[in-house]
Amino acid sequence: MNSRRFDMLLLAAAFLLFWAIAARLAGPDALSTPVATLTRAVSLLTAISFWDDVAATGHTMLWACLIVLAGGLTAGLLVGSSRLATQVVEPMLGPLYSIPKITLYPVILLIFGLTPSATISFAAIHGIFPVMIFTINGIRQVPPIYERSARVMKLNRFQMIRSILIPAALPEIVAGLRVGFSTTLLGAIIAELFASTAGMGFLLIRATEAHDVIDIMAITAILFAFAITANSLLMRLERHVRHG
Amino acid sequence: MSLAGWIRLIIIAGSVLALEVACRTGAVPVLTMIPPSEMASSLWKLLISGRVNGDIVFSLTNVISTILLSVLGGFVIGAALHAVPRLRHALDPLLSAYYAVPIFVFYPLLIVMMGIGPPSLITMGAMFGVVAMIINTLIGLDRVPAAMMKTSAVMQLGPLRSLLFVRIPAASLHLVAGAKLAIAYSIIGIVAGEFILATAGVGKRIAFAYNDFDNQMMYGLLLLLLTFTITVNLALSHLENRLRKRWGQ
Repeated sequence: MNSRRFDMLLLAAAFLLFWAIAARLAGPDALSTPVATLTRAVSLLTAISFWDDVAATGHTMLWACLIVLAGGLTAGLLVGSSRLATQVVEPMLGPLYSIPKITLYPVILLIFGLTPSATISFAAIHGIFPVMIFTINGIRQVPPIYERSARVMKLNRFQMIRSILIPAALPEIVAGLRVGFSTTLLGAIIAELFASTAGMGFLLIRATEAHDVIDIMAITAILFAFAITANSLLMRLERHVRHG
Repeated sequence: MSLAGWIRLIIIAGSVLALEVACRTGAVPVLTMIPPSEMASSLWKLLISGRVNGDIVFSLTNVISTILLSVLGGFVIGAALHAVPRLRHALDPLLSAYYAVPIFVFYPLLIVMMGIGPPSLITMGAMFGVVAMIINTLIGLDRVPAAMMKTSAVMQLGPLRSLLFVRIPAASLHLVAGAKLAIAYSIIGIVAGEFILATAGVGKRIAFAYNDFDNQMMYGLLLLLLTFTITVNLALSHLENRLRKRWGQ
């Protein structure tokens, strides 16, 4: 085992120890122990009703990610492939990304009502900006000589995007998709926490209202594990694309 | 103003105008959205009446405390990690995967531990903001040119003076970039926390107005919040650009 891995294990062990001691001190009304949390997480994962809520969040994520993928990439590629469009759009993306999008959820709810469409569009809003920003940045880093060659070969804009910009900017685009996935998940969970009728966020807020500490911690742990796993898979893909 | 600037202005003004027309003609029902001009006038009335002053002060106090915690805390933790490479390398995977976790899932847990109120809100906001500052502090300190560190050694500056006069100025671009993110995340954290579950605050008021079908209040406060965050973001971007020019990047 190398020393870095050893240090990481040491930190993880220290964290678990800290958690166990804090749980013992705080009592079951405020914090459940690591073992109790894990046991509850396993029993949740083996209960059929839990998977209905997983399916609800999964449904939201699937459609939101499709919208983010199609919308964010198309917008990013169209804007990024034109210098003027980049100059016009880019300064607006930062401020748009910085606004607390949660405040727009009531507007979306007024438009769609309390339906899956509302959760899906709210989650998609979270993901679309990072994908756009990363795609535009990726295209900016494409060496100018590629674009000059494209002009020499008389490629039209669509051909240039397909055969030059996408392959050259692919590592950045994949990085954007990874960040976009995380922010979409964030949006989906926030939407479910605020107003929804099903989903992991819904379970979490119901457990909070019932002050069911062990359920809160088990659901949080499951979501945490899911997010970390999905991120490391996407990171692996990113590394694969970057190094071929 | 540049051509791009003019086009941007036309796009923004055009969108607002289109929204105004759509709302006035009934293309967008009044129960869904009120015209932008009405949003502005209802915000004005709200501010004059003082009805929401308590909530504004509540949110602003929380936001400022959160920003101080995330920016200063993030810088101190980042600088400390930079000084202890072994700990930093062990924590690296955590730092790089941090924002992959929807941090708000911890809010219910914080409520259980600290109750509903400023402590759980501020912790939530700081948890969301601090890591952006830590990461950028590390990047900034990594990129301080070796020549500057050598110069500071030649001048026999102690650790504190070297940090104050050499490293912080040299890393200022990344520090401001980190602060910009940490500030945006702190605001988002507080507002979202207030929105989901809180006793007061602008976020709580907006959620309440939504439940009450009080569109005047909801859109007025929405406008206030958007104006505030966008102004803060633009001001920090301006500072960032000035630093970039100064450091010739």
